[in-house]
Order: sequence, then C-alpha cells, then structure tokens
Amino acid sequence: MNGSLLKARYQPDPAAASSPLAETTQVPRRKIHLKSSRLADAGFRYLMLGCALSVLAIVVLIVRELFLRSTLSLHAFGLKFLMTQSWDPVNGDFGALAFIYGTLVSSLLALILAVPLSIGVATFTTELCPRILRGPLSYMVELLAAIPSVIYGLWGVFVLVPILRQYVQPFLAKYFGWTGLFGGYQFGIGMLAAGIILAVMIIPIVTSITREVMSAVPTAQREGVLAIGATRWEMIRVGVLRNARTGIMGAIILGLGRALGETIAVTMLIGNRPEIAKSLFAPGYTLASVIANEFSEATEDLYLSALVEIGLVLFAITLLVNIVAQLMVWSITRGSARRAAV
Amino acid sequence: MPNQYWWRSFKDKLMVGLAGMATLLVLLPLVAIFGYLVYRGIGALNWNFLTKIPKPVGESGGGMANAIVGSGLILLIASLIGVPMGIGTGVYLAEFGKKRFGYLVRFTADVLNGVPSIVIGIVAWSLVVVYQRNFSALAGGVALGIMMVPVISRSTEEMLLMVPQSLREAAWGLGVPQWRTTLSITLRTASSGIITAVMLSFARVAGETAPLLFTTLGNQFWNFNVRRPTAALPLQIYTYAQSPYDDWHRQAWAGAFILIVMIVVSMSLVRMVVSRGVFKGGN
Repeated sequence: MNGSLLKARYQPDPAAASSPLAETTQVPRRKIHLKSSRLADAGFRYLMLGCALSVLAIVVLIVRELFLRSTLSLHAFGLKFLMTQSWDPVNGDFGALAFIYGTLVSSLLALILAVPLSIGVATFTTELCPRILRGPLSYMVELLAAIPSVIYGLWGVFVLVPILRQYVQPFLAKYFGWTGLFGGYQFGIGMLAAGIILAVMIIPIVTSITREVMSAVPTAQREGVLAIGATRWEMIRVGVLRNARTGIMGAIILGLGRALGETIAVTMLIGNRPEIAKSLFAPGYTLASVIANEFSEATEDLYLSALVEIGLVLFAITLLVNIVAQLMVWSITRGSARRAAV
Repeated sequence: MPNQYWWRSFKDKLMVGLAGMATLLVLLPLVAIFGYLVYRGIGALNWNFLTKIPKPVGESGGGMANAIVGSGLILLIASLIGVPMGIGTGVYLAEFGKKRFGYLVRFTADVLNGVPSIVIGIVAWSLVVVYQRNFSALAGGVALGIMMVPVISRSTEEMLLMVPQSLREAAWGLGVPQWRTTLSITLRTASSGIITAVMLSFARVAGETAPLLFTTLGNQFWNFNVRRPTAALPLQIYTYAQSPYDDWHRQAWAGAFILIVMIVVSMSLVRMVVSRGVFKGGN
C-alpha cells in the first residue's frame, strides 16, 4: 500500500505537465493536504515525545513509590537504619548495616575476580586474536550474559558449591588461612560462592564495554607507539589501555552496579544470614536477597516498610554508581557528539 | 636490565599468554554451565513435563506446562507495554532528540537500565498489587515491561541512526510528510534491526525471576486470568531448586533447559538476521 502511494506521487500528472493553468488549479487542494500533514507531523512528534517523557516518568515514579511505601520506616528509624545491624521482625527493630556490608563485600569480591579477566578477554579479542576468532569469541562472551540469573544460581548450588567445599576451601584455608579471610566452617555456600558467581555474571558487561572503548582508540595511536619500536604488549599498555582508562574505569563501575543489584543467584548462594563476619567462607546477606526472601512474607506494616526502605537504599547506591559510570563511559565514546551538542 | 630486549620480549609473550588464558578461563564456566545444563536437562525432560501441571509434594511426576504458558502470558503483557514505549522513545531520540532534552532522556534510559530488577519489582507491586489487593500476572507484566523500555529504546535509536539521511531526504523531496517518512521509510529500513532489539530485550526479561517474586507470586495450577497469581518458568525453577526433593531438582534442571533453549534460539535468530545484512536499502 505504501509502495503504491509513493508510486502515485512519482507519476507526473499529464495535465499539469502540459498546461501551467491546470497546475494552478491544483494548488488549493495541495495546500489543504499540506496543512493536514503538518498537523499529523505535530501529532506524531508529540506522540513520540510522550513515549520519551514516559521514560522520565517511570524513573520519577520509582523514586516516588519507594519513598511513599517506606515512609513508616523512614520516620521510625531515620539515619539509624543505615548504621545498626539488628534485623528483628518479631520485635520490630530493623537496621540495614549487615545487608549493606554483604552487598558491598560480595560485589567488591566479584570485581576483584572479574576485572583482570575482563580486561584480558577484551585485550585478546580486540588486539591479539586472529580476525576469524573475534566474532565467535565475542558471541560466546555475550552468551554468558544471556544466561538467566536463576540458572546461574541453580548451577552454583549443584556444581560450584560442592567443588568449593571439597577442593577450593580446604586449599585456601590451608595456604591462606593466616590472612583471616579464609577461616571458619567450610559450607561451600557463603560470601565466596556469591562473589564467584557474581564475577562470572558481570564479566560479559565489563568485557563488552571495555572492548567498545578500546576499539574507540584511534589506530594512529597504536601505529605511533609501534613505530618507535614498542613490543605488542607495550603498544597495548601505552597506546591502548592508557588512552582508554577512563572508559575502562566506567566499564568497571557499571559492572559494579550490576553486581550490587543482582538478586536471585546471590540469594541462592550467599547463605542468607544477616551477620558481619571477616571470613569469606561465612554466610552473609545482601540488600537484594533480603527483599527477595522476605517481601512476600512480611505481614506487618513496619516490616514491609523497612523492606521497601532497603529497596530505596539499594536504588540510591546503584543510581549513584550508574551515574558515575555512565558519565565516564560517555566521556570516551560519545565525547565528540556531546561537545557538538553543547 | 629492565630495558633489555629479551626482557621486553619476555614480558610481551607473558602478557599475551595471560590474555589468552583469561579468555579460556572465562569460556570455562560457559562450557561448564551449558554442558551440565544439557546433561541434566535432557535427562529430566519428558512429555509429562511439557504437558502436565505440578503434582503435590511427595508425588513424583508432573510438569511445568502451566509455568511455560504463564511465562508466555506475562511476556505478552510485558511486550504490549514495553515494545511500543521503547520503539516510540527510540524514534523520538533518533529523529527529534538532538537537543538537550534528548540527552536527558538518553541518560535517564541508561539509568533505568541500571536499576536493579528487584527494585522494579517493588515498584510494580506498589503500583499494581497494592491497588488490586491481589498478586497477578498483570503486575509481573508491568515490571518486565518497564525493564524492556530502556533496552529497546536505546537499540532502536542506534538502528535508526544507521539509516542513511539521504533516504529520509529522498522521501521529503517527494513531498512525503515526516511522520509518514519515519513510519514507512526509516522504521521499515531499520525493521530487522528493531526486531533484533525487541528479541534481545525479550531474551533479557524472559529469565528474570526477582521482579516476579512478589508480583505474579507463582501458582501450582492453570491460570489464564491476568488478574490472578500465575506460574512463571523462572519462578518455578527458583522454587524447585531451593526445595529438598530430588524429583523437584530434576524438574528445575529440565525447566532451566527449556528456558535457555528459548533464549539461545532467539539470540541466534537475532545474530543470523544481523549478519545477513540489516540495511539492504542504504549503503
């Protein structure tokens, strides 16, 4: 139908072509058409604007609903909520410190494991590997991102945890037990398991953004460094990584944002005990897990309100982290476009 | 010594080797997860699993048919909300969003993309469940729909920006109004790219469990009413994985296998469409 419409416009009106008079008689009709199409254009534009506004509205709504539903707890505990670690639904005493600690420690652990690997993979796929392997390798890393959280959790519970309990934890306790980080009972489940599974889950996003910023480094930089006699590694270090470091930092922080908000896999692996322990073998609890576990069971208003406030804390942390990361990535990949707009 | 050539060359080989090792190490969990999933999943898969609803605790057998259908229902609601809004936002950003406001929307979409899914679950609960006084498929659909918007809008924008400007100008030159140009020329040229974006967002939310926990809640029976609690595949896997029963573990693996097949198939379709060359219209 569209095709026929266009074709109709293409064909010159034989009458109009032969006599100029005929064309002038056409004019009023065309004017009306233009007017209505201008109206349609404006309508279309506003419709699309409406969609765009709804994105803003959703974020505003998230903030509003979170504050609205946590009012009770905000008033009851104030700032103390963030600084106490008692979580006692029976007596109505709530504090989020243990959850904040668990969230931060598991995410940092994930970063420590994931960052060197991600940078290695990104370097390998952008700079080192044969061109033929580039596509399949990045596809496989992307595939890692497509696995749902619940499947990571399932695999973690039935495969990773037994391996950790039988081989990894005894080894760590024996050789690194003196640090104090690897002491206590070896359940398998705990902070370490959660950190490892989180690392696997954030590797794809950190890798793909790192790859993006590394590809954004101009080839001339590489050639320049190579031309003064650098080896491949020196070229990568000086020519690529150093130029891309803000963007890579952004990628890491974006990965941190993902890790902080990850729920299901962590809930299945971290042990769900609201305690602050030095050992990474000990079970912990995260902000997201406590919501996942207790939200549908919370019956009292204050309990529910405290859980929503935990959501608010989680939202605030991830918001901050994401904004910082976004600005850093943008300053590299979209720097030029942004400067042009301002 | 540090500047001697053998040392530099050694360091070069070492770092290249380490990067290669990192790649292998990252692929290891991928292979391990897929391998184990296929091994356990296919073993546990049977006809009953696909056609029956769960049996009560203690009886073996039964399946997840209701959860598979329930997931479809929730995803349908999510798409009805997320796809038009996402594409609309993408069109706005690509065609009209070159000013400050466009950057604000883009930034907000990226922020929304980073909001933890469980927080979106709370919001959907607060917006739908509290007013309905009932857990429902609708609430889950709202949560997943919200999650689809930023993914679709950002990729739609990217796809539309790849359509050559000359195509739009050609249409304008023929006197086609702008709305018609956008719908019939720009969107149509980028259509396979946009389908890709939709499929990717679909794959992303299909496996989401966290926002469904207290919105759709789950259900052991058939349900086709969007205002009632509904079973969903990821939820069912989550519940079964945490149960102490071996038979339920088996079913969790089978469910996980079905879920991953759905996701990988949609992703591979996307990949095929993209590699076929999305933009035949332009050069």
